[in-house]
Amino acid sequence: MFLELYRVHQFIKKFFIEAIAPPYEGREILRQCYQVGYKSLALISLTGFITGIVFAKQSRPSLAEFGATSWLPSLVGIALLRTLAPLLTALISAGKVGSSIGAELGSMKVSEQIDAMEVSATNPFKYLVVSRVLATTISIPILTFYTAFVGLLGGFLNITSSESTSFSTYIQTSLESITFLDITSSTIKAIVFGFTIGMVGCYQGYNSSKGTEGVGKAANSAVVIGMFLVFIEEVIATQITFLFRT
Amino acid sequence: MTATENHPNKETVISIRDVKKSFGDYDVLRGADLDLYRGENLVVLGRSGTGKSVLIKIIAGLLTQDSGSVKVLGQAVDEISGKELIKLRLRVGFSFQNSALYDSMTVRKNLEFPLVRNQKNLTKAEINKATESVLDAVGLLQTINQMPSELSGGQRKRIGIARTLILQPEIMLYDEPTAGLDPITCIEINNLINEVKERYKTSSIIITHDLTCAKHVGDRVAMLLDGSFERVGTFEEVFDTDDERVKPFYDYNFID
Repeated sequence: MFLELYRVHQFIKKFFIEAIAPPYEGREILRQCYQVGYKSLALISLTGFITGIVFAKQSRPSLAEFGATSWLPSLVGIALLRTLAPLLTALISAGKVGSSIGAELGSMKVSEQIDAMEVSATNPFKYLVVSRVLATTISIPILTFYTAFVGLLGGFLNITSSESTSFSTYIQTSLESITFLDITSSTIKAIVFGFTIGMVGCYQGYNSSKGTEGVGKAANSAVVIGMFLVFIEEVIATQITFLFRT
Repeated sequence: MTATENHPNKETVISIRDVKKSFGDYDVLRGADLDLYRGENLVVLGRSGTGKSVLIKIIAGLLTQDSGSVKVLGQAVDEISGKELIKLRLRVGFSFQNSALYDSMTVRKNLEFPLVRNQKNLTKAEINKATESVLDAVGLLQTINQMPSELSGGQRKRIGIARTLILQPEIMLYDEPTAGLDPITCIEINNLINEVKERYKTSSIIITHDLTCAKHVGDRVAMLLDGSFERVGTFEEVFDTDDERVKPFYDYNFID
């Protein structure tokens, strides 16, 4: 247990040392951003849109009891931006991107491709790990705001099915309750989630062993540990944000 | 017949002295001594699990010995800085047992990878020329746009060797170059190892338990027995013995 924690600590420390020191893997980071971001768009769009519809539909009866259905756009906006969008994006990314990184690096490890990189005078940690962790750290916050936007569209679809309101009015009402603290905390949270997902996937893959069994285990652990840590971080972030709010 | 005989006229490019390496309670190398001279093919023979691959991974700096010294081109691999090790690795090629080609890249990208990353001043035309030249040297120019998954075992081995040759190393380390290949492909790989030596003027260590390969490519043969090199010399010298640890190795292999 303590040995594993020490290894994780060393891995994170090495990440920061390699990330700061030149040369920088700009092209590979961009390629990984494309892999993480663009290729997750379809799934994130669908999930975000459906979440917006369902959340608006489920919230309407409760608000209707107090005659407060006019608050529905604000409620959808706040819920999406503060929690749903960062959490949904992180969970989907942990499943799709985390497992992919874990399996890819695990497979490269057991087939000696990482060793091959090392003996050909390439720093595999910088090329494989640093680029992927930076890509998830950059892409997941962008995806988070995209999810929030798509979720708002879903909410709008549900609301216009029951009452007539223009899109601009809906967006304006949705966003008027959003504060600078909401945007800042969501951004920081998404950055932390992105870093965590990338780091867990890379750690599990880079340190996998025992052949194909190890590759499967690395992919599985990347998802399970990634999601678990995202939930823990969500709880901590909510507590810290609450302190700033009061 | 020792592993480190003094050859005054030969330049030593790899010097291994009293190297020990254990994994848990298992002592793999128990004081290995060996020299590789410039321009020679040295075959390291031994049964599976005797530490042959561990030895060349120590030479390449992928593993670190528990004690003893390993000097490659005059530099102690475990003592030099990371930057010096990178420079040294440009002079040492490593051909892996399973080829270790990058699955997600075409043959062209596999070959370009070490070149693009280490010689950033090259033009696209120069990179293409170097890539096509080494592919031609291993006789697989037609596979340039294929993915590794589309290649046969023998082709993968050849591409793996080509990828190391593109940096024009002075030393080649071959880990089981003929393992898992049919006899005809084995002979082709053996011929390729000899061609590489002649064309690129390399000094090589070839890890194998294939005696046909050892006889075909080895200027000298070193037999790893109980964690150290007890028999080193020409193929005939090494197997001219009644040593019960060596004789079965020869008897169970078919040699012309």
